[in-house]
Amino acid sequence: MTDIAVNSLANARPPRSQWLDFWEQFRTHRGALFGMTFFLFVLLIVFVGPYLWTLDGQYIDIRARNQGPSLAHPFGTDQLGRDTLSRLMAGGQVSLAVGITAMALSLLLGTLIGVMAGYFKRLDGLLMRLTDLFLALPLLPLLLVIIMLFRDTLRTAFGPETGIFILMVFVIGITSWMQTARIVRGDVLAIKEREFVLASRSIGTPSRRMITRHILPNVLSPIMVSATLGIANAIITESALSFLGLGFPSDFPTWGRLLFDSTDYLQQYPERVLWPGLAISLTVLSVNYVGDGLRDALDPRIRGR
Amino acid sequence: MRLTKILLGAVAAMAMSSAAQAERGADGQVNIIYWQAPSTMNPYLSGGTKELEAASLVLEPLARYDQDGNMVPFLAEDVPTVANGGVSADLTTITWKLKEGLKWADGSAVTAADAVFTWKYCSHPEGGCAQSEKYNDVTGVEAVDDRTIKVTFGVSKPFPYGPFVGAQAPLIQAAQFANCLGAKAPECTDANFGPIGTGPFAVTDFRPNDVISLEANSNYRDPAKPAFAKVTFKGGGDAAAAGRSVLETGEFDYAWNLQLAPDVLANMQAAGKGTVVSSFGTLVERIMINMTNPDPALGDERATAKHAHPFLSDMAVRKALSMAVDRKLLVEIGYGDAGRPTCNVLPAPEIYKSSANDACLVQDIESAKKLLDDAGWVAGGDGVRAKDGKRLSILFQSSTNAVRQDFQALIKQWWSDIGVETELRNIDASVFFGGDPASPDTFQKFFADVEMYANNFDGTDPESYMANWECKQAPRPETQWQGNNMPRYCNADYDALVAEMAKTGDLNERARLAKAMNDKLMQEYIILPLVDRGRVSAHSNTLGGVVLNTWDSELWNAADWHRVKSQ
Repeated sequence: MTDIAVNSLANARPPRSQWLDFWEQFRTHRGALFGMTFFLFVLLIVFVGPYLWTLDGQYIDIRARNQGPSLAHPFGTDQLGRDTLSRLMAGGQVSLAVGITAMALSLLLGTLIGVMAGYFKRLDGLLMRLTDLFLALPLLPLLLVIIMLFRDTLRTAFGPETGIFILMVFVIGITSWMQTARIVRGDVLAIKEREFVLASRSIGTPSRRMITRHILPNVLSPIMVSATLGIANAIITESALSFLGLGFPSDFPTWGRLLFDSTDYLQQYPERVLWPGLAISLTVLSVNYVGDGLRDALDPRIRGR
Repeated sequence: MRLTKILLGAVAAMAMSSAAQAERGADGQVNIIYWQAPSTMNPYLSGGTKELEAASLVLEPLARYDQDGNMVPFLAEDVPTVANGGVSADLTTITWKLKEGLKWADGSAVTAADAVFTWKYCSHPEGGCAQSEKYNDVTGVEAVDDRTIKVTFGVSKPFPYGPFVGAQAPLIQAAQFANCLGAKAPECTDANFGPIGTGPFAVTDFRPNDVISLEANSNYRDPAKPAFAKVTFKGGGDAAAAGRSVLETGEFDYAWNLQLAPDVLANMQAAGKGTVVSSFGTLVERIMINMTNPDPALGDERATAKHAHPFLSDMAVRKALSMAVDRKLLVEIGYGDAGRPTCNVLPAPEIYKSSANDACLVQDIESAKKLLDDAGWVAGGDGVRAKDGKRLSILFQSSTNAVRQDFQALIKQWWSDIGVETELRNIDASVFFGGDPASPDTFQKFFADVEMYANNFDGTDPESYMANWECKQAPRPETQWQGNNMPRYCNADYDALVAEMAKTGDLNERARLAKAMNDKLMQEYIILPLVDRGRVSAHSNTLGGVVLNTWDSELWNAADWHRVKSQ
């Protein structure tokens, strides 16, 4: 700390913020930097790409089916003559949107419940039994029931695609927060007993401030890791649901659906499985690296080493 | 030059003589592969196709169906009808006459008593006979003399060809199965694994769920047949492996039921060792149109006859939907040689096939648009047609299956070309066809505007199939949502035709009625048939005489199979 103080005084630079420190540390993790660049690149292609490559991914041009890469279709076409590049971009929008939103929801729930259970002793038993209950629930039948009960209502309220999007995000979010909650609770239990917590409690820090200022920053690393895994998990759950016919309509492209649709043609047109497969795995990998870097950068004990 | 001619002549002469002097067992061995393995050779103890087909090499009925669904006499001299006096005028008895000099494979004579025994075997109260519906309503089977069999029914039977006809109801030997009646039937392992039959082959070794070895039946009624001395009938594996073993490697001569994508099969066939053959039965992929309103706001009265559909009850809309579909393209994409476009929900047998609806084979987007224009459906700003505030927006459901989803996507595009908006939904097949009244997603509940699936009927007689669209067959809450009339079609004229067919015995008259019913459904566009789906098998290029048959066992004419001599 003295170092920084001296530097800033000597060079008359503005005082260094915590976030700048964090960025300095993050920058040293090359994998994370590379992962982030790639993830931003994917986001750019998927969300800006359709404005440059204007073919409609749902338009069927039956005479152009099963084509290999060409100028008109750089990634070829599928069995109905739909342009694979457009479908990948459209599918990426849905998959990433579902993945990120569902991850955010499950993270919010998981962290909230984990911190509450770990910090407040009275809530612990109740919240952890609730977590056990959710863990014990057979996931697929639960999803079936939820979708069956609410599909028609949401469909009339928001239209088929938005309705299903809300349902999917909700369903994936509320069925995947349990692991996060358990990990967070464990960490909170350990940190709660540390001296610095005792110290700040002794000067009268209220629980709200204690959690946000002292506990949360210290449990950020497991949260970050489960967040990155969560995106991957959400993308995969969404594909599985689409495959069972419970997700988006079958002609609505998502990465998972593109992958499932292509498996039949694995022998003849292996590239069709390759593109969505690569997109899913590289995205998940890059997000994992980002998570890794974030964890290092956010952990004050590692920072500066 | 002359030498070549002489040689050619000699070869030709040899070829002719070999054809003329065909003798039993001259062509050695034939290898058959079924990717589902038979577990018994007794068709009365198994409902499975694989067992029926394996058994058909050994056991024979009085008459079989040929590839067109016509009956041909096998053990009987001819097929009894009302016209030739074989069937009584009140349609309650049928009298069959056995061919002369028939022998079982062990050399003993085939008599009418064997038929009487077969009926007793299958109708025994303690024995679970898998084919008992073939003997429905039979009150007695009587051996009038050694060669004459008289079957009596308790009710008037317009179609009396259940007992002893087809692969499901062959004759078994009374002497061999005498101690195997009722509960003891499954215990007679030797008899069940090696039944003595009248067919072209006899079992020498049976390994359940694996391999069956057979040899030519030395007492077969045609002394020149079968051409093969030995048959190896291998079971197990999967369709792709079976296809490969015939088409690509040539290890086997015949592979059954190859449910594979058309381009996969075409790739295999390109290896040049074998040929893919297909034959068509009654399986039709169709779109059902909901005549009732599936709006969830209607609660318990949803999709019931109380509320007509807001726009699909307009025939112009249904007709336009049909005209916009290119059935030929659907076949090309989804089924290849295993399908053909059809405009009839009753596509076969030949005598029941109507030709009145063939106009639907040609896609006509422009006329469909005009039809909708004339009916007052005008396109709005978003391109979707509407009239009186009702938009042509359709929810289209089907079961989860790659081909079906491709079909849905294509049809959606055609319909959007004529200004109809479509939302697709696919449902897991076990739920969709599950029939669970608690699930909203079954094909009976039909909580959608249109739905697509395939269906067919057993055997060759369409009476009960056509009765599916009777008014009272509509699934509704009072029937626990069971029933076969998915479109909830209700027409008194149609019901009258159904009632008339139930009491008509004459085959031609029955055909006229069935066609009339089919035409009624087609011309009111209640059902939009898409593809007539066939059965696909493959045989080696050196195996001759294969005639694929969907009405009976595929091995029905194994006696005529022979080796094609290479040039």
